[in-house]
Amino acid sequence: MPMNTFTLNNLRELEAEAIHIIREVAASFEKPVMLYSIGKDSSVMVRLAEKAFYPGKVPFPLMHIDSKWKFREMIEFRDYYAAQNNWDLIVEYNRQGYASGIGPFTHGSKVHTDVMKTQALLQALDKHRFDAAFGGARRDEEKSRAKERIFSFRDQFHQWDPKNQRPELWDIYNTRVHQGESIRVFPLSNWTELDIWQYIRLEKIPIVPLYYAKERPIVEIDGNLILVDDNRMPAELAKKAQIRMVRFRTLGCYPLTGAIESKADTIEKIVEEMMTITKSERTTRVIDFDQVGSMEQKKREGYF
Amino acid sequence: MQKTTSKLDITQFLDQDQQKDLLRFLTAGSVDDGKSTLIGKLLFDSKKIYEDQLAALESDSKRIGHAGSETDYALLLDGLQAEREQGITIDVAYRYFSTNKRKFIIADTPGHEQYTRNMVTGASTANLAIILIDARKGVITQTKRHTFLVSLLGIKHIVLAVNKMDLVEYEEDVFNKICDDYKKFVTRLNIPDVYSIPLSALKGDNVVDNSAMMPWYKGKSLLTFLESVHIGSDRNFEDFRLPVQHVLRPDIHFRGFSGKIASGILREGDEILALPSRKTSHVTRIIGAEGDVSYAFPPQSVTITLADEIDISRGDMLVHPHHQPRIERQFEAMLVWMDEQKMDPYAQFFIKHNTQTTRVRLDQIRYRVDVNTLEHHSSEALSLNEIARVVLTTNKPLFFDPYHRNRNTGSFILIDPITHNTCAVGMIMDKLNPDDLHSRIIDTEQLAMIHRGKSLIKPEAIRKRYNQVGATLWITGLHGSGKNVLAYTLEKELFDRGATVVMLDGSTIRSGLTNELDFTPAGRAEQIRRVAHVCRILNDQGVLVICSFITSQEHIRKQIAQLIGDERFHLIYMDVDIDYCRKNKPELYELADQGKLKFLPGIDLQYEVPLKPALICKPEQTAENLEAIMQYLQLHTIFPLE
Repeated sequence: MPMNTFTLNNLRELEAEAIHIIREVAASFEKPVMLYSIGKDSSVMVRLAEKAFYPGKVPFPLMHIDSKWKFREMIEFRDYYAAQNNWDLIVEYNRQGYASGIGPFTHGSKVHTDVMKTQALLQALDKHRFDAAFGGARRDEEKSRAKERIFSFRDQFHQWDPKNQRPELWDIYNTRVHQGESIRVFPLSNWTELDIWQYIRLEKIPIVPLYYAKERPIVEIDGNLILVDDNRMPAELAKKAQIRMVRFRTLGCYPLTGAIESKADTIEKIVEEMMTITKSERTTRVIDFDQVGSMEQKKREGYF
Repeated sequence: MQKTTSKLDITQFLDQDQQKDLLRFLTAGSVDDGKSTLIGKLLFDSKKIYEDQLAALESDSKRIGHAGSETDYALLLDGLQAEREQGITIDVAYRYFSTNKRKFIIADTPGHEQYTRNMVTGASTANLAIILIDARKGVITQTKRHTFLVSLLGIKHIVLAVNKMDLVEYEEDVFNKICDDYKKFVTRLNIPDVYSIPLSALKGDNVVDNSAMMPWYKGKSLLTFLESVHIGSDRNFEDFRLPVQHVLRPDIHFRGFSGKIASGILREGDEILALPSRKTSHVTRIIGAEGDVSYAFPPQSVTITLADEIDISRGDMLVHPHHQPRIERQFEAMLVWMDEQKMDPYAQFFIKHNTQTTRVRLDQIRYRVDVNTLEHHSSEALSLNEIARVVLTTNKPLFFDPYHRNRNTGSFILIDPITHNTCAVGMIMDKLNPDDLHSRIIDTEQLAMIHRGKSLIKPEAIRKRYNQVGATLWITGLHGSGKNVLAYTLEKELFDRGATVVMLDGSTIRSGLTNELDFTPAGRAEQIRRVAHVCRILNDQGVLVICSFITSQEHIRKQIAQLIGDERFHLIYMDVDIDYCRKNKPELYELADQGKLKFLPGIDLQYEVPLKPALICKPEQTAENLEAIMQYLQLHTIFPLE
């Protein structure tokens, strides 16, 4: 047999690495959870988990932190696929924050993100006493992530200390934590955005239709193209809506996630468009621009 | 080559992109060497190449032109706030780029002395290392340090990138001199493949395309080399190793063993051996990421099923029976200390090796290596960034190969038992002369193969003739504890009562059988190994043996028992305090006190009191001791039988 029968291409190598990481967590921790954001990276991560335990079932639950301001199509997608694939899905949200009516239009992106995303996540992790949480973050997404470990240690307050990370060598992961401490695990660390799209294409993984271009009602707010997704958008803004052909490169809370004008309605066209746009992926997320090093700050506080 | 690439439509592009393989490489050098500029240039230009490949691109490119501009590439690479404030990169950062031939992951590590830890981390997953040299400075200490670490971590390919050629007028002689200096240094290390390239990262000479400024250079540009270097055969395809990561039992009908193949090729139907149980079975199914397959290879993650129900759990290893790893509790390794906290050499650590985690003890630091001079120094304990050759003993046996033969089964991490930090990482060395391993006297595998002989005399006949069962009475105790007095009177007593008995003691053995050995722990261990083998042979032939040896370590005594046979090994402990011994052998202890005599048990070598001796004897109570031993022998049907 020729030697090249025994080489893996990039995607299959990344796949093998991710499956190894996912199994290592399942075998080493008492109560892991997979954080499911409904985005394309999450969808890839869930598929990898299914593969890791085939023909068995994924031995840990998925958890979605609902900020209550997600796109409606995301929630529909989540509920449909969770039911269809028989996922063990937990949905949590910050009840106190919700009762106080916290939202990006009234409280600004900083407060909303802190209360409805960061705090909601920390509450949920504490409530269920999860000792390991998978996230779909990639190192090529954002500068501070380029230096994060695959197994990222968090103290009992879920905080990340970039100066005190555990060395991570070969594929040997240190899974030891004390009571109350935890690990965030990023099986997609080494994937690029193109890898994600390639994998979705190759494996025919369903994704939220918002990723594909379509005519949608759009309001321009501070240069961001915001979808009028429900009637919680202040009327004076909503009335300025225009129908525009747009798609979303990332998904999150609809008032904080800008669309881009696009005609890309297939994966191939999305990739083609992606290759020609030099703006990095996260620039359509409003929260990253609140302060210098903003993502790093949020990560220190416990947000991914 | 890039320039002539024909336009592709997007589907063709994606189909082609999907087939690319992955090269992980490390860049070593300091900011002053122009490292960030080089990486920035690679990232930037490869993106341009990528875009040019797509026909549709030209339609609506909003990009700002960057071709000739003096962009500060280093800014592209900055990551963390703290680092940005200090203006330096202080950790390993991973960067991603691809060309139309390959995908690349760069582990970007800083060149400063105190960051050996980071470089080792980055090197652990790299296939190739770029060692960056400033053409004006040539081979400097830092270059040597980087190369040593690259060789330590077993990277098989090096690119020697001689940067800033523009500042030395693109002189060929400057380049050649640096290459010669470097080659002289590298011959001392184990690096099979070094490729040297003269370049200027800032001006782009020989980075992506060959430079017109250096027509004398006939080799490949950096990117062309990275795209074409063959790494497929770097992996070990000979020795099949599947460390069992997870046992998959979704229902009673299915029982699979999951893991990432560390090395070798597995085929459906193969016979496999499970370690440590040594049970064998056949592979009935291999499930890969894409479903059932007929064979699998590294680094695939698979789940396999077996024909027989054998007990296998996480931490075990599946191998081919004819390609077995080493199975041992003691080995030598190169250790890199990664913790801010200094090593406590007496602590017990956790060791994680493949999927197994067990306790480990540091037996000895043989020497510390100075990464700048490669000189060896003695050391009591390691500090951050220090590297040493050490001897380790684990609680449970590990299944491993030497690191140079198998990166995946030859590497491990040490975890601090209190903080749980990864405090050290190690690479297991090749098998050594057994004399070097001072506390290992038997090899479990060898033991299974010890030749028992084909005597024509039946064991029952021997027992009847001698009226005894072959056994070893092993007397342990400090120097001057009265072992020999007991041994000789016991020999006489047994002889008088009609037993067939042989007496072995230190001075008798040392006068011939072991006269080339010294009194170091290694010498003592080897002496004991030989004596134990003699005992085993004599016991096999039905003879009673009395041994009188200090044997100060419990784990050595355990190994003796294993070698001779637990049921035939009877340990007699001379229970005395050291003051009594001093009175008996004052000269000896005085010399040791003055430091003129090394390795005297009880003084500078610990004597471990036996946990479960068969008998405990007191000195100067010869009659009582003999009586107790005789009763013991009768009670255990050793002598007399009738």
